[in-house]
Amino acid sequence: MSKFAKKRGKATPAISTASLPDIIFMLLFFFMVVTVLRDAELKVSVVTPFATELSKLEEKSLVNYIYIGKPTERYREIYGTKPRIQLGDKFADVHDIPLFLELHKQKVPESRHGLITSSLRVDGLTTMGIVQDVKTQLRKSGQLRVNYSAKKRPDSKK
Amino acid sequence: MGKSKNRGSNEINASSMADIAFLLLIFFLVTTTIVEDKGITVRLPPWSEEEPDIQKLKTRNVYSVLVNAQNQLLVRNEPMRIEDLREHAKEFISNPMKREDLAEDPTMAIISLKNDRGTNYDTYLRVYNELKGAYNELWDELSQRRYGIPFSEEMPAAYKKAIRAEIPFVISEAEPTNFGEE
Repeated sequence: MSKFAKKRGKATPAISTASLPDIIFMLLFFFMVVTVLRDAELKVSVVTPFATELSKLEEKSLVNYIYIGKPTERYREIYGTKPRIQLGDKFADVHDIPLFLELHKQKVPESRHGLITSSLRVDGLTTMGIVQDVKTQLRKSGQLRVNYSAKKRPDSKK
Repeated sequence: MGKSKNRGSNEINASSMADIAFLLLIFFLVTTTIVEDKGITVRLPPWSEEEPDIQKLKTRNVYSVLVNAQNQLLVRNEPMRIEDLREHAKEFISNPMKREDLAEDPTMAIISLKNDRGTNYDTYLRVYNELKGAYNELWDELSQRRYGIPFSEEMPAAYKKAIRAEIPFVISEAEPTNFGEE
């Protein structure tokens, strides 16, 4: 009994901060895992529409992104205001899509080629004409898994 | 001797380690994004040169949805609001009253979606969303009735397959018209 009392009275150690770096590193690794490095700079403005029946895209390495929208302010002088396609980090044409898909395929093991999804990130105000052209080109290239990127409608019940 | 050794192996001051880690953390917070990668997943039909022949289907089994360049809807030759589309489509597919003009059976029902090149993508996706929602609700109802669990991606694959076989999601997208493109 007296032993305990003695100890308590004596020790007034400073709180050890030795584990602080470990905690911060843990946070760091957490963020490194859950986030993705910001990919290509967007040259077209894309505000995806709202929807309710959404499904998640699982593996990032199996997804390629096709952006469609009006060029942003900076590029308007050169490219005008009509909706354009962006593949990777540059403006592209419908005819560039097969090559783009092929280049992405090379990075994926062959056994998983069937799981590649194209994510269409299309601005809500775009007309269907250009989207239809892209869809037709995707079908011709045999890329049939497509995801129309959308946001969850904030007022939906589910 | 022992004393001097003790002094030499003094602990390295690690208090700045936390600051370094913080710096790294902040760097990653700034350069990365938590992207919401969500969307409506569809499977496009393979490309074929000839047009699919929808004429040979009975008209009572075809649910035609037309969207024009003014973003207006024409469902089975009647104008409709997008808000009403889901309920209407559900009634068509399940046909609970066994009406003569609605689908004979969910397996026979086919949705034909046609839009204009001038239709807004936003409207198109909303229409697609409602049609998909109608099927999702029907799947959910069937799943609740038969298995007592809600329809979800996580449910057993056999159940899902059975439900999908009973109410298959068949949507045919025709080549769009070209009246309204700017």
